[in-house]
Amino acid sequence: MRPATLFYIALLALAVLAPVLGLYPVFVMKLLCFAIFACAFNLLLGYTGLLSFGHAAYFGAAAYTTGYLVKTMHWTPEVAILGGMAFAAVSGLVVGAMAIRRQGIYFAMITLALAQLLYFLCLQLKLTGGEDGLQGVPRGNLFGVLSLASDTTMYYFVLALFVAVFLLIRRIVHSPFGQILKAIRENEPRAISLGYDVERYKLLAFVLSTSLAGLAGSLKTLVFGFATLSDVHWSMSGEVILMTLLGGVGTFFGPVLGAGIVVALQDNLADKVGSWVSVIIGAIFVVCVMAFRRGLVGEALAFFSKTRKPHNLLP
Amino acid sequence: MNPFDIPIQALLGQLLIGLVNGSFYAMLSLGLAVIFGLLGIVNFAHGALYMMGAFGAWILMDRFGLNYWYALLLVPLMIGALGVVIERIFLKRLYKLDPLYGLLLTFGLALIAEGIFRDQYGVSGQSYNVPDALQGATDLGFMVLPNYRAWVVLASLSTCLGTWFVIERTRLGATLRAATENPQMVQAFGINVPVMVMLTYGAGAALAALAGVLAAPVIQVTPLMGSNIIIVVFAVVVIGGMGSILGSVLTGLALGLIEGLTRVIYPEASNIVVFVIMAIVLVLRPAGLFGKEH
Repeated sequence: MRPATLFYIALLALAVLAPVLGLYPVFVMKLLCFAIFACAFNLLLGYTGLLSFGHAAYFGAAAYTTGYLVKTMHWTPEVAILGGMAFAAVSGLVVGAMAIRRQGIYFAMITLALAQLLYFLCLQLKLTGGEDGLQGVPRGNLFGVLSLASDTTMYYFVLALFVAVFLLIRRIVHSPFGQILKAIRENEPRAISLGYDVERYKLLAFVLSTSLAGLAGSLKTLVFGFATLSDVHWSMSGEVILMTLLGGVGTFFGPVLGAGIVVALQDNLADKVGSWVSVIIGAIFVVCVMAFRRGLVGEALAFFSKTRKPHNLLP
Repeated sequence: MNPFDIPIQALLGQLLIGLVNGSFYAMLSLGLAVIFGLLGIVNFAHGALYMMGAFGAWILMDRFGLNYWYALLLVPLMIGALGVVIERIFLKRLYKLDPLYGLLLTFGLALIAEGIFRDQYGVSGQSYNVPDALQGATDLGFMVLPNYRAWVVLASLSTCLGTWFVIERTRLGATLRAATENPQMVQAFGINVPVMVMLTYGAGAALAALAGVLAAPVIQVTPLMGSNIIIVVFAVVVIGGMGSILGSVLTGLALGLIEGLTRVIYPEASNIVVFVIMAIVLVLRPAGLFGKEH
């Protein structure tokens, strides 16, 4: 068995046993939600080479949609999650179709600006509860029968979805479609001259990534019972970039590790250092960009296999 | 609300505020364009430099009792020097990499600056008084023009035109433009391109700080003002394209005016009108109004 497979099995065993081992389930659920978010973001940045600076929009849009569907429309959680993902996918389709008309740095600025548009809509619409957001969203009964009110039940639901997303992303990356995405990342003109409709591949990757980001947002609403403005704020987009960059852009496990570190940092520091959290996050950004652009997992992989070619993280 | 029912005074007043905001957009997008042209970096820290400019003016007054006119001179110099330091320590090492790394690094720097100021001064705004010489208003007959706002528009327009003149019409500017096209060749002619690049970033930072000092008396000085404006300025840059200096100045002013107009006709949309225009421009003219793709 390959060491990576062993590692994943051990990690999964740890995750399954986490509630028994006394790990606080809400913390692990938060971590898993952000890990899904970062993996979805990594599908776009790491494997397609597109830097979206507005991914909070899809996370937050789905968080609000699911909250609204469960709280006001009394839908069951699984359908509400699908509703949130569908809304994120449609927003992703609209934004993606506009943003891929421009390259590189403009793509980042356009996604950021359109995400800010959504932020102001959430701030001003009645539907989203303005400054308060949606509070007191119940978790409901899965398929109408299984109550998610207990943290342990909810935990296994989130864990199952996380494993599914992780495997799905591996499957996508290793599929012929994923190979074409990587070809676009490495050399777009070459992919075009080989006859691929590059814009359609980019758009599909964007929509896949935004729907999975939506899943993360929907789950987050169910776990905590609220959707607020901070879910759609640009700083959330910054955080998911940081998680991916810190863990390792274009590695499978990097975003998960990055999400773990950032969530743990925030949980431990928020009440102790106040505004310095933002300084620390900024400093990690600077250190990552200056000193280890491959991220923790990327550097570790490079260290353990000297024969591996240093791979190109961004196009 | 029917647009024809709006009192002309309110309309002109909002248009003037729009013009003032537009001058800030113009100055900031100009700085972004100049920095992007030579360094190939989209400076996310531009908003933070603008915020530090406004705080610089406030701190000079609050701590050292130095008035507005000192601030107008000293703050851009100090922030410009800070820009030079940032370029030497960080940006210099990123030129060979993908431009996205420059964006991520300056984003990190912006977070650091915002966090420090938020820790020191909180998120509630500080107010900065209009300097004595520019207090009061002039009656133009059809409207009352506050002197300070007129000064802001005048000062930022002259700064923009001055920058345009230096870049497009002087020998220094010609060298700068040549270095944008082909740095190796300019270097081969015996011009110290790295120093020129360093000073360009410093000048861009100084320009942002100058906008901040000009803004201090008309807005609440808060640590969040930088990130609030930089996203709008990004949209302005996407609309105008970073290829043309006059283009970015005109786009900035026009969008400020449109924002002012929206605030009269349909106030709820004034926050989002710039982003909506950006979306429309992307659909109709993907390269931007004055743009050439890099």
